[in-house]
Amino acid sequence: MRRLLGAFLLASSLHAQTPPAQSDSALDARTTKLALQLRCPVCQGESIQESPADLAKQMRDIAREQLRAGKSEDEVKAYFVSKYGQYILLEPKPSGFNLLLYSLPVVLVLGGLVAVTLAVRRWTAQPQES
Amino acid sequence: MNWKRALIAATAAIPLILLLAWGFSRNPGDIPSPLPGKPAPLFALGVFAPGQPPLERKVGDTLRLEDFRGKVVVLNFWASWCLACREEHVALSDAARRYTGKPVQFLGVLFNDRAPPAIDWISEMGGQSYPSVMDPGAHVAVDFGLYGVPETFFIDVTGRVARKQIGPASDVVLNHVIDSLLAAGAQTPVAAR
Repeated sequence: MRRLLGAFLLASSLHAQTPPAQSDSALDARTTKLALQLRCPVCQGESIQESPADLAKQMRDIAREQLRAGKSEDEVKAYFVSKYGQYILLEPKPSGFNLLLYSLPVVLVLGGLVAVTLAVRRWTAQPQES
Repeated sequence: MNWKRALIAATAAIPLILLLAWGFSRNPGDIPSPLPGKPAPLFALGVFAPGQPPLERKVGDTLRLEDFRGKVVVLNFWASWCLACREEHVALSDAARRYTGKPVQFLGVLFNDRAPPAIDWISEMGGQSYPSVMDPGAHVAVDFGLYGVPETFFIDVTGRVARKQIGPASDVVLNHVIDSLLAAGAQTPVAAR
């Protein structure tokens, strides 16, 4: 009985250390989703999923290995950012200097709207003054 | 008033001009590495090109970064298909010979290439004084954030990445960086492993 209990405890502890099994197609789908978010460092604006470059394929394989080993998508992304910086993300995080990148179009559109409104007001006000 | 309009136009235009000037002054091909100042990624890679005495290592030996703690490590990623690697080959090989007997380890890492053409390339170039290792699957290359060859990483005596050289390494760069790391290393006690 004690042996049986020991075997059960051993099996439970082994199970706890092993990442949950996932089917190849589920792993492929997760890898593809992740690879579409990572920039190929030797290409022009392509993701590592779309690029046929050797390095892109190797990076896809590394992403897949890490996902298979139980890392989350965010953890794998953080790994690539720690090696290549924010550059590796096709959509950089909206923080720090990147915030300017995200906010500049909004600021320009708002500024344009204000300028157009002021100009229209002036044009419509002129006939009444004359 | 005219000066008011000019002031508004300048306030709107100057930041945009500065932003564009900053953008144009950068090479979009350069990816700033987050590695300098951080511990170098550890590796254990097999020797395929032994180098020459007294720096040679046996083919098949596994070289580990930890084994070089206390030394300045010059890690050069190269390939036989890389034209720019020809430019730096003599400078690297000579520098490795020049620093023989000092705590400096030169190591070549083959990137996306096979051993036979790489060995032919080394003989064609007149030999390589230091050993080179294979990096199957480019795991170590990606660990170092590599995006092309040649790239050279200078690792200080404590195992931190001190500098990344993108493109061919020259005699001047090699001497300057290695000498400054040796001088800094002489003042840094290296923790026992």
